[in-house]
Amino acid sequence: MTAATSQAQHRRAIGESRRFALRVGFYGMVALVALFFALPMAWLILAPFDQVPTLAAEVPEFTLSNFERVLNNRLALRSMVNSLLLVVGVVGLVIVTGAPTAYVLSRIRFRGREIFLYVLLLFSSVVTGTAAMVPLFLLVFNLGMIDTFTGVVLVLAGGTLPASIFILKDFTDNTPPSYEESARVFGASPIQILRDIVLPVIRPGLAVVSVWVGVNVWGNFLLPFILLRSPSRSPAAVLMYSFYTEGGQADLRLISAFSLLYTVPVLLMYLYVNRRYGFRFFGGLKG
Amino acid sequence: MQPSSAMTRRLVVVFAAMALLLTACGTEADEATTTEAPAETTATTAGEEATETTETSEPVTVEIAANAIRDGKNSAEAIWIEDYVIPTFEAQMEEQGRDVTVVFNGRGVDDEDFKAQLALDLGSASGADIISIDGIWVGEFAEAGYILPLSEAVGPEVDDWEGWDQVPEAVQQNMSYQGERYGVPTGTDGRVLYFNKDLFEQAGLPTDWQPTSWDEVLETARALKAALPDVTPLQINAGTPMGEATTMQGYLPLLVGTGERIYDEESETWAGATAGTQAVLEFYESIFTEELADADLQIRQDGRDRSFQDFAAGSIAILGEGDYFWRSVVNPQEGIAPMENRDEVVGWAKIPAQTPGSGISGQDFVSMSGGGGRVINPNTANPAVAWELMMFINSREAILEFLAGQARISQRMDVNEEVLAGDPFLSYVADEVLPLTAYRPGFAIYPQVSVLLQEASEQVALGTSAADAAQQYQSDLEGLVGADAVTGG
Amino acid sequence: MADTVKTLQDRPRSLGSGGGTLSTRAAGGLLSPAAVLIVVFLVFPAAWTLYLGLTNYRLTGAAAANPQFVGIANYTRALSDSDFWNSLWVTLVFVFGSAIVGQAVLGFSLAWLFRDWKSRWRQMVELLVILAWIIPGSVVAFLWVAFLDGDSGTLNSLLGIDTEWLLRRPLLSIVVFNTWRGTAFSMLLFGAALASLPPSHLQTARLAGATGWQQLRDIVLPSIKGYILTNLLLISLWTFNDFTPFLITGGGPAGRTELLPIYIYKEALTFFELGYGSAISALMLIINLVIALGYLRSMRVRT
Repeated sequence: MTAATSQAQHRRAIGESRRFALRVGFYGMVALVALFFALPMAWLILAPFDQVPTLAAEVPEFTLSNFERVLNNRLALRSMVNSLLLVVGVVGLVIVTGAPTAYVLSRIRFRGREIFLYVLLLFSSVVTGTAAMVPLFLLVFNLGMIDTFTGVVLVLAGGTLPASIFILKDFTDNTPPSYEESARVFGASPIQILRDIVLPVIRPGLAVVSVWVGVNVWGNFLLPFILLRSPSRSPAAVLMYSFYTEGGQADLRLISAFSLLYTVPVLLMYLYVNRRYGFRFFGGLKG
Repeated sequence: MQPSSAMTRRLVVVFAAMALLLTACGTEADEATTTEAPAETTATTAGEEATETTETSEPVTVEIAANAIRDGKNSAEAIWIEDYVIPTFEAQMEEQGRDVTVVFNGRGVDDEDFKAQLALDLGSASGADIISIDGIWVGEFAEAGYILPLSEAVGPEVDDWEGWDQVPEAVQQNMSYQGERYGVPTGTDGRVLYFNKDLFEQAGLPTDWQPTSWDEVLETARALKAALPDVTPLQINAGTPMGEATTMQGYLPLLVGTGERIYDEESETWAGATAGTQAVLEFYESIFTEELADADLQIRQDGRDRSFQDFAAGSIAILGEGDYFWRSVVNPQEGIAPMENRDEVVGWAKIPAQTPGSGISGQDFVSMSGGGGRVINPNTANPAVAWELMMFINSREAILEFLAGQARISQRMDVNEEVLAGDPFLSYVADEVLPLTAYRPGFAIYPQVSVLLQEASEQVALGTSAADAAQQYQSDLEGLVGADAVTGG
Repeated sequence: MADTVKTLQDRPRSLGSGGGTLSTRAAGGLLSPAAVLIVVFLVFPAAWTLYLGLTNYRLTGAAAANPQFVGIANYTRALSDSDFWNSLWVTLVFVFGSAIVGQAVLGFSLAWLFRDWKSRWRQMVELLVILAWIIPGSVVAFLWVAFLDGDSGTLNSLLGIDTEWLLRRPLLSIVVFNTWRGTAFSMLLFGAALASLPPSHLQTARLAGATGWQQLRDIVLPSIKGYILTNLLLISLWTFNDFTPFLITGGGPAGRTELLPIYIYKEALTFFELGYGSAISALMLIINLVIALGYLRSMRVRT
């Protein structure tokens, strides 16, 4: 073996051990990150199955009785149904009004279109809920819709429309207009074009918007908190808050099982959309 | 009433279609909510119009609203209304050949939320016919025009009710504003110092404890701390998380013990950084710096609930609270922090003035009382029937039925005599504490003053000196009500 | 995603057939429902906030029956109220700490770290990060209340201490919480950004001997500046308006975590000071606008 080759071997060895160290470092960091994100969530999968749950995440004394408690609690079940109703209402309204809007904005160009959308998006980030809680409250009050689902649905739809249109427009931008043109030549009305040509193609976009809006509405606390009154109309987000601020001790058995049940739908929705369409925000770009 | 409601009404027209569409798809819950009241009513004297019309066999519906719900908050009241008041009253009406239906609209929410809901209902000229409110809200609601004196909401006949003789003047005041009765009180309460007799025994202290000054309280606390290091000697509420419970159970009983009231009627001023305020804050300073009380407990979100749990578990020796504590917290049957041996272990004592004779009206002992009542909605369609129902609810028989053998201080003296005899604690409160008590001033601004008191005590709990906290409080108060309306500093 | 962000920076792509194929009526008809919703429930309340802030309207008390126009009295009151300044300060710290430093840096780091990692494990780790983001706010709030509990929380059990995090270090607690909560968005956005970089640039740099850090500094960051600014803008605004910490600390202790939204809530909906609350909301809107303009300026300067 020459000096050159042993030198080369030596360099290779250093290179390998360096790579090894880097790899270890990499996996170490990954582990840390995973731990950071997983730890607070651990409670959510351990406590609901624990006979006597405490605030710490610990190995459970297995039982399903906590879920029974939830099922037997009228208000708890009702609240999840309420959340579902809100989601269906808002998502439906957003898609029905937002998709055509996105389509129109894609096909019609006017000066400042991009700025307009961008401004609208910013606006909705700022206004929904907190900054405008007083006038929203008064508006719904004056419309006589305090303590109604309608009021909440309308407000939430108005608030999430700009972002939804923004997302959908990217999808409608990507659909070629040639089919539409042919269809129009054959006399199809805009509605028909929308329904039969555009909608099927932007289905992934609709799915993303549904998840985006759905997740936001499912978890929305502030607006139902302000606009609804009766406990029987409270969605799960609001009812849950009252569980652990109630007088006396918070019932961890109820809270843990309820939290898990309340979380599962959102998780499933995400997994489904991710598997089917890939969860990325805009356009068809995959990573 | 609201600004730009004209503009909104225009929008309502635009929206009618959308709203209709959504009402078809979405669902609203099936509970009966508000009565249909004419949309344009402002606070007029509905009494005059209605007296002739409803004394016939026309079907009438009357609604009661309260922050009570079966199996939840104030469950006993909800059950009583649903199971006794409604059937009994409806039966009575039937005997007279009248078709009256009574509906109960019960909710079990936070007091603040309930207040907001009521403000909304009353502000939109809707809401139940009979509404339960806290006495301290009467001023605000009256100033906003949401409620009217009973004589205007119903008619002059309200003053003829025999029940007024049974309700002590001071208790009536709780539901009055500027000399007029706005509602019928539902009872009142008093504050005392509870203590754990077992812990006192262990520390070698006498179990028939009745302190006569603040210094005695501090001495007792120090003795407890020395003898039982693991026990928190004292819990006097402070801080903002406990809200009005700080003001009512902690701050104000101390303040009236210095001879000062938070609002002085003669000079029409609020107490700023007065001598009394300084003394109160210094008392807080002592208990926190000497660690006779747990400062952390005052700033935790769940501090009040924890203090209840701690007392029940024997880790707090002395606690200042209202009779609510005895009835609904440490009550062995239905309390939220039940103590099995409550009757043997829990002792009670009057709250002492700072020194003997230094309390308001020269008293040696002091207390604070609150309480609520029921009002009649000025927008009611049936004021006469609502008033009849009101009289029935507050009749001796109905209240006895409500108490159902359970001891509780009601608004009627005749009932109290009968019912409290069996409960030594509550008869003690009724006989010895109520005569000493004071009430809060019924102004719309009071809740915000109350928060300033809570904040001052909170600053002290967090380590600010009493003097600094008092100065801050003075300037905050001046900012709130104007420098002219504040004494002290 | 890449396309959209680019369009914001470059000229709008010419797509579709322009204004000729859809009649204005049809377009109007398709647009109007959304337009109505947005105008009524988004634009109008914002405008109304500005108006209400000029009155002394309350929900109870004399000012409920007779609201008066008070001009800028509410604004001067807010600007001289130490609670307002405290709230503003807390909010700025919260936004800077959890969004700009926390979410963006961590999100970018994760996107950079994982950029070439094609493995099942990557999906799992990403899932964890995303879960933190999509789990409903009320649940997440309670998870952290439990996690940080002094006596029996998971964190203290693992570290063997008993610090009451929410009492002693409340602001730090919510900053860490919000970082944990929102990193997913930045991670996804930067992931898309990195994926859109032409690999040739990086390869050239690597061949020329540039270290990872140098590649990052000289090639990557400048190329995705637009993404960075967009990201920072969105998460800053979202964080500024976030109400979730209320569910953890209630704004306490003693206002140490009283973010502007929480402060507004307390003034408007517990004290019923609707006029005053609106004025503070208006101030908040203005501050948000300033922030947004700042970012937009930076983006435009670049192009």
